[in-house]
Order: sequence, then C-alpha cells, then structure tokens
Amino acid sequence: MSQPKTIIEKVWDQHVVHEEEGKPNLLYIDLHLIHEVTSPQAFEGLRLSGRKVRRPDLTYATMDHNVPTIHRNVIKDQISKKQMETLEENCEEFGISLADINHPDQGIVHVIGPELGLTQPGKTIVCGDSHTSTHGAFGALAFGIGTSEVEHVLATQSIWQAPPKTLQVHIDGKLGTGVTAKDLILAVIGRFGVRFGTGHVIEYTGEAIRNLSMEERMTICNMSIEAGARAGLISPDETTVEYLRGKRYVPEGEEFDQVAQQWLNLASDPGARYDMELEIHADEIEPQVTWGTNPSHCVPVSAQVPDPLDAESDDEKDSIERALEYMGLEANQTIQSIPIEHVFIGSCTNSRISDLRKAADIVKGGRVHEGIRALVVPGSQSVKQAAEKEGLDQIFIDAGFEWRDAGCSMCLAMNDDIVPPGERCASTSNRNFEGRQGNGARTHLVSPEMAAAAALEGRFVDVRKQMSTV
Amino acid sequence: MEPLKKHHGIVYPLNRSNVDTDQIIPKQFLKRIERTGFGQFLFYNWRFNDDGSLKENFSLNDPKYNDASILVGGENFGCGSSREHAPWAIQDYGFKVVIAPSFADIFYNNCFKNGILPIQLPNDAVEKLMEKAEDEIYGLSVDLEKQVVYGREMEVNFDIQPYHKEMLLNGWDEIAVTLTHEDKIDQYEKNTKGVKTLGIS
Ligand code: SF4
Repeated sequence: MSQPKTIIEKVWDQHVVHEEEGKPNLLYIDLHLIHEVTSPQAFEGLRLSGRKVRRPDLTYATMDHNVPTIHRNVIKDQISKKQMETLEENCEEFGISLADINHPDQGIVHVIGPELGLTQPGKTIVCGDSHTSTHGAFGALAFGIGTSEVEHVLATQSIWQAPPKTLQVHIDGKLGTGVTAKDLILAVIGRFGVRFGTGHVIEYTGEAIRNLSMEERMTICNMSIEAGARAGLISPDETTVEYLRGKRYVPEGEEFDQVAQQWLNLASDPGARYDMELEIHADEIEPQVTWGTNPSHCVPVSAQVPDPLDAESDDEKDSIERALEYMGLEANQTIQSIPIEHVFIGSCTNSRISDLRKAADIVKGGRVHEGIRALVVPGSQSVKQAAEKEGLDQIFIDAGFEWRDAGCSMCLAMNDDIVPPGERCASTSNRNFEGRQGNGARTHLVSPEMAAAAALEGRFVDVRKQMSTV
Repeated sequence: MEPLKKHHGIVYPLNRSNVDTDQIIPKQFLKRIERTGFGQFLFYNWRFNDDGSLKENFSLNDPKYNDASILVGGENFGCGSSREHAPWAIQDYGFKVVIAPSFADIFYNNCFKNGILPIQLPNDAVEKLMEKAEDEIYGLSVDLEKQVVYGREMEVNFDIQPYHKEMLLNGWDEIAVTLTHEDKIDQYEKNTKGVKTLGIS
C-alpha cells in the first residue's frame, strides 16, 4: 500500500505543473478571485507587457473592500469610485465575470465564493487577500497572494510555491453552549501565538471540528492567517457535500455524486504524518475577548487584562505595555468592566446567515445600550436577502442596530464605516491591529453572540448567562 | 525589475515584533491604482500626528536615519494583510533590504517581486544590529552573491533559496520565466480537462 497522505499533499500533488531541483513548484490554480483593491496594478502590468488573461473562465471578481454599505449609488469618495470603475473596465477588457456593486451576487469575496459553489474541495484557490484561507473549510488549498502574484496568475493561471510544511491542529471534545467557532480559533491563537503557523498549511481535525457546520468551519479557516499559516483547511466530509449540493457552480445529478465521491477521497488518510502536531481541547474553551493589538492577545470573558509584570520575556512585556497603552486599558482590569461605544457584526469571519441568526437570537426583544452605535453588515447581498426573508433585519432594526448592504465595511474601514480615534468597538472581524477600524480605533474581537450581548449591555458580558435567562 | 547584487546603506532599527502590514501602510492609502508613490505613507500612523506634523518620539523621524536604506525589524515582520502596497511603500521610501529574525510568508514573497531583499538573521545578530544602529549611524554592506552582511565588528552569513537569489541577482520578470514553461501548462490543462471548467461566464 502506498504511504498514507494528508489532504494537503494530495491536493498539492494534483496541481504540480512543473518541478525542478532547487526551485519552488509551479502550481496550477483552479480558481482566482479578484477584488478592487489589490488588482488594478496587476491589470496595468498585463497591459504594459501586452499580456492577456489566460483563463478568464477560472477568474471571478467582485467589489467588497471599499464599497459603501449605505446609499450605494452615491459614492462620495472619488478615489474609491475610481478604483471600482477601474475594476469594471479591467473585467470588461479581459472578459472576467464581475459581481459589481449593483449585482445580486455581490459580497465579500470569501463569502460569495462558497455561496455560489465556486469554492470546492480539492481546488487550488488564490486571491489577493490574506483571508483566502477561508475557502480551506471545504478542503481546498486556498491562500492569499500579493498583487505581483495576481498578475502572474492572471497571465499564466499558475504560481511558484515551495511545498509547505504540514501542521495538524487537533481539537477533541465538544464546545459548550454559547461557545462558538470564533472562540475556538481565538483560543487556539491565544494559546499558540500569531506565528506558530508560519511556513505551514494547517489541517484542523478532531471531534470538535467534525461537529461544526460549513459556516463555522469557514470562521476557523478564515483566521489561519492570523496564526501566520499559509493556509488552513479541513478534510471534506458529508457536511461539506451537503452544503455544496445544489449550489450554482457545482455539477448536478449523477455528476454531482461522482464529484462528491472524489471530494470525500481527498480527506487525509488515517495514519498520515504531519510535520508538526498541536492539540487543544474544546471543552476547556470559554467565550473569548481580545484585549490587545493582535489576535493572540485574547482571554476568556471571565478573565482580566494581563499585567506586563507577569510577562515571560522583555519582548512580551514591551508588547503588552504598548498594547495596553494603545487600547487605553489598565493591567488586571476585568474584561467585563470594559465599556464599548461601537459594535460591528460583519466581515468574512462572521457575516454569514448563521452568524446573523445567532446574533439575532440574543438581540431579540432587547435594546441597544444608550450611546452605542451598532452595525450589522451582511457578508453578501444574498445573505442580506435571506436574512430579510426570515425577518432578522427587523429584529436588529427594532433593537436599534443599523442594517446595511454587503461589504467589508468596518472590518478595515476603507469606506465610511469608521471607528473614531480612541473609541472602542466589539467586532466580529479578524484583526485587532492598531488603526485597523480607523486611526486610533480600539478593536476587541469577539463572536457574533458576544458582540450582540455587548451591544445590549454597553460592555462585555458572558453571553452564556444571557442565554440561560431566556 | 532592477537587479540587486550588492548594497551598502545605513541601518534603521525598528525594535518591535509583529509589525503588520496595516502599520506599514494603513488602509486609507490603498485606494490608488498605481504602484508608485506609497513611500510618503510608510508607517503613517506611527510617523505622523493627526494634524500631519511629525511625531517626535517615533524613531524613523530621527534625522540620523534620513538616509537609511536597510530596515531592521523584529519577529514576524510583515504579518497580516497580503497587501503588496507594504513592500511598495518600503521600497518607495528608499529601503532596499529588510532584515528580521522571521518574516510572514506573503510579505517575504512580495519583497522579491519588487527588488527588495528580505534577510532572515538569527535573533542575536538582529539584536546586535539594533543596538549598533540605535547608538550610532551604522553602515552595513550586503553581498547577495556571497550571502553575507558585514559592517563594523559584525559579519553574518544568511540563507536564501537559490530561486529567490537568482531572481534578484538577475532582476528577472517572473512571468517571462514561467512562460518558458507554457507548454507544460498547456499539457496540464489538457490532462485535467473537464474537471476544471467552472462554467463561469
Ligand atoms: S471582511 Fe475584512 S478581512 Fe475579510 S476580506 Fe474584507 S477586509 Fe479582508
């Protein structure tokens, strides 16, 4: 029998176009996703060198990063407008499908890929965006690339990549009530840090992962990049197959069954070896809140902000001190004593229909706390529609939330959805970097449930307590 | 792309770990559709006050680093967003070499596409460099061919993949290199036909 292989090796091996001693592999790309911010210079490069897009039919574009999420037809920011028009012109010129701002399929690139069924197990997927790792939830090998690489993939449908090291993150046990996929991945990064994945592709395995829905799996894989990993993925199983059945760009009928079998065969073989293995137990995890300026700066909601004096190294002490200063927090302050001014429910981490449902469950019948601005930004226009059909929009609006159109919005504040300097936001996004949600803005990453609960209380609370009172 | 074989320049030490690309170039400057002109926005929120004046306590604003062309950073340099605007800003500002104990993968790759040499050095070497460059105007030479950096009281070898090395030494256009293998890409597509069509458009 041949040696057992991980899904990472299987997908990799299937896509090697060319290999040569002392060089990375030339890897074929099955799906190239494009958005307005990281593509203009790539298309310009093609034009300058007189090159074409090799496979426009394997390329799909949308606008998400700087689209307005309100009053869509009035784009006040002329430079943003120009960037969107440029994408439109480029797609037109090179024959690429585009879900533009008025298109019913428009949304965050990592939300619409799976939703349309473009994302499939076993594919190699790239996008000029680091959260491309999201698509790994399906057992695709999906990674973010720079703009020069975008140009390279446009021209050649391939990319030079050194074979990655493989890393298994094994999560046994069951998540408690009120503890979400977001808490799980934050806890993993909190435990192992923001660079444990560097140079590796992570495969998430174990009972806790198997029990997750596809949308929850996307939340997990989405944040692989916050651990420094090149990609993160999960072996396909019945959950994967059922999610994809009936999606627009997957085959139908008998052909679907055949493809589905191929997908299932991609799963890592029993006994496959990884270059590195890490383990964490789901039962131990509580709802998480970040207190600092990178995603590993997180603690359980019942805990306190750390004390630089407890740091294990000078480097860590510095980093805690700088983070506390930026965040305007005191050492040892309890998480539940932190008041907030903004709530953002959205982003490619947590803006899918199940995220909105869970947040709405908490919000139902409540009122957004006085003085808090709370935004719900669905990940795509189809998520928005689905939510409206179920009446979720009304629940949010009645409680005092703003209900917006799809886009990245306050995740990176390239449009008008900005957190002002010094103000604090409970956010379901993935990055709490300095200035991420606006210059001087203070971000606390949480799950949609925790964000919803914080909106009602005006500070962080343990959402599990609210749940038991319903 | 300009080839890079040897470089001599002044070191600027940025003694922080996990410097992310949101810090290197904040998002409000990602809206340009050109590749050039990003240097003025490098480390914007660290360099400038809200009114646009220089922040005195940020080291890059110290006139002694005005002519620096070698950036030395901490662990996990360039983490976060994949934006190539980060190396564009670094290069446009005047840096040719970035040295750190470790780099984030995408940033590391992006450097090579823009003629910037990222060098990974052991922790103690980076610390020593930081100290020297904080105390004085410290010049450093980089020889890519020989894979060595050297300055006063200091000489360290570094590793680099042969492919990356050649790319910089020759200033190659990577797409042109790939297109020499175009027949293989054609062949690959032929072999996998049917499985691959998306049915888009
Ligand atoms: S939602 Fe945020 S993290 Fe996701 S693609 Fe948009 S900007 Fe990037």
